[in-house]
Amino acid sequence: MIPAAFDYEVAESTDHAIALLGAREDAKLLAGGHSLLPAMKLRLSRPACLIDVGRITDLSYVLEEADSIAIGALTRHKDVTAAALLREHCPIVSHAAGQVGDPQVRHRGTIGGSLAHGDPASDLPAVILALHGELVARGPAGDRAIPAREFFTGVFQTALAPEEVLVEIRVPKLGPSTGWSYTKMSRRAQDWATVAVAAVVERSNGSIERASVALANMGATPIQATATEKAIAEGGSIDDASALAAEGTEPPSDHAASADFRAHLARVLTKRALEEAATR
Amino acid sequence: MRHVALMANGVRHELEVEPRELLVYVLRERLGLTGTNVGCDTSSCGACTVLVNGEAVKSCTMLGVQADGTEITTIEGLATNGELHAVQQAFHDHHALQCGYCTPGMVLAAVSLIDSGAATDEAAIREGLEGNLCRCTGYHNIVAAVADVAGVA
Ligand SMILES: Cc1cc2nc3c(=O)[nH]c(=O)nc-3n(C[C@H](O)[C@H](O)[C@H](O)COP(=O)(O)OP(=O)(O)OC[C@H]3O[C@@H](n4cnc5c(N)ncnc54)[C@H](O)[C@@H]3O)c2cc1C
Ligand code: FES
Ligand code: FES
Repeated sequence: MIPAAFDYEVAESTDHAIALLGAREDAKLLAGGHSLLPAMKLRLSRPACLIDVGRITDLSYVLEEADSIAIGALTRHKDVTAAALLREHCPIVSHAAGQVGDPQVRHRGTIGGSLAHGDPASDLPAVILALHGELVARGPAGDRAIPAREFFTGVFQTALAPEEVLVEIRVPKLGPSTGWSYTKMSRRAQDWATVAVAAVVERSNGSIERASVALANMGATPIQATATEKAIAEGGSIDDASALAAEGTEPPSDHAASADFRAHLARVLTKRALEEAATR
Repeated sequence: MRHVALMANGVRHELEVEPRELLVYVLRERLGLTGTNVGCDTSSCGACTVLVNGEAVKSCTMLGVQADGTEITTIEGLATNGELHAVQQAFHDHHALQCGYCTPGMVLAAVSLIDSGAATDEAAIREGLEGNLCRCTGYHNIVAAVADVAGVA
């Protein structure tokens, strides 16, 4: 399968990419290409022009800031997985990046591409949402920070404007009282999550005081399990709180699972994730 | 058409490619390196795996223009002076192939895995090869061959 014909431009810098986005009709950024090219081969996507940002090396980094870790949008899954700063301060991100696809996918795919693609079944969107991370978009008017809660707007849709480039992802440093889990269920090797649960919890005296729980593949976007979070905040047990995990979700039915089975998975995986997060 | 310069198996090539030409077809049809197979053509099976700057990549999911300036190793480039690469020899010794269709991709994925230091035990090898499917289901011997080279047999 060969993509439909398109023009190809190499962006030398982020500003160049923004200028090209403004100048070209129906243009799309090409990062690792591991979501875009499969879609183009199937002709589900036929952009007139690809702007290759894959050579902008200064958007590939992991840096420490006062309370957060900043990740360049073009950092590949492989480098996110290996990043010592993330392993130390926000291990849920490096762990989840290591769950994406297979090694070949992780050698090419980028964290920015994963988020900008807006696939509700993807791993990193749910994790960044559970962390209440921030996404930095750069456009003709400069930078703006978008909270993860406002970033995902629909299936394959995000708050990015057509002329914006996602440049950075910021996640909080997790302290010693914070536990985490990323619990992913998929039926086949290298597959997307049938359902996955990202949990970040605050512990005190051996129990969970607060929990942030985000679900992958339980609706049009990654979503917070708000009923579960509320139950934990009100002192509910993990068993009782996780039983509410599918409330307010609209999971899809497809070849991998029915909506009912996904709702079941959301409850079971949320329980496992909270139990793991309570002790890690 | 775009001008692309790349190294394939140590040989420099310069060619004009259409942006939509996938790397696997540049390798097979332009450079005659037909050892790289196309299996699924949907980024799933790993038959098309080659090394780009030393790392395993599915060449059906990369454009030829993205390979401009890179160094590529295909199965044809692994042996040196008529001597099989250690992974090739181990596949031979362990009967790690049946029809052989998945083999070039499987060998290159294994080389990348071993070079990255991730082939630390049998479970890690199985996970590290999850992007490569063998329809003859020869996984047992493939894993044994890789474990042998990685020194974790
Ligand atoms: C076999 C296979 C298995 C996979 N399994 C999983 C899995 O288990 N879990 C998972 O989460 N993902 C999986 N993926 C997807 C993978 O994570 C992709 O790498 C990722 O979704 C997209 O990143 P990319 O860099 O390849 O982006 P691209 O494909 O280059 O781009 C994707 C989209 O994002 C846009 N974009 C890219 N970068 C930017 C930016 N900086 N600013 C604005 N827009 C941008 C592009 O224009 C395009 O619309 C899999 C992919 C394959 C091929
Ligand atoms: S042919 Fe490329 S992954 Fe199957
Ligand atoms: S040996 Fe036949 S597909 Fe692997």
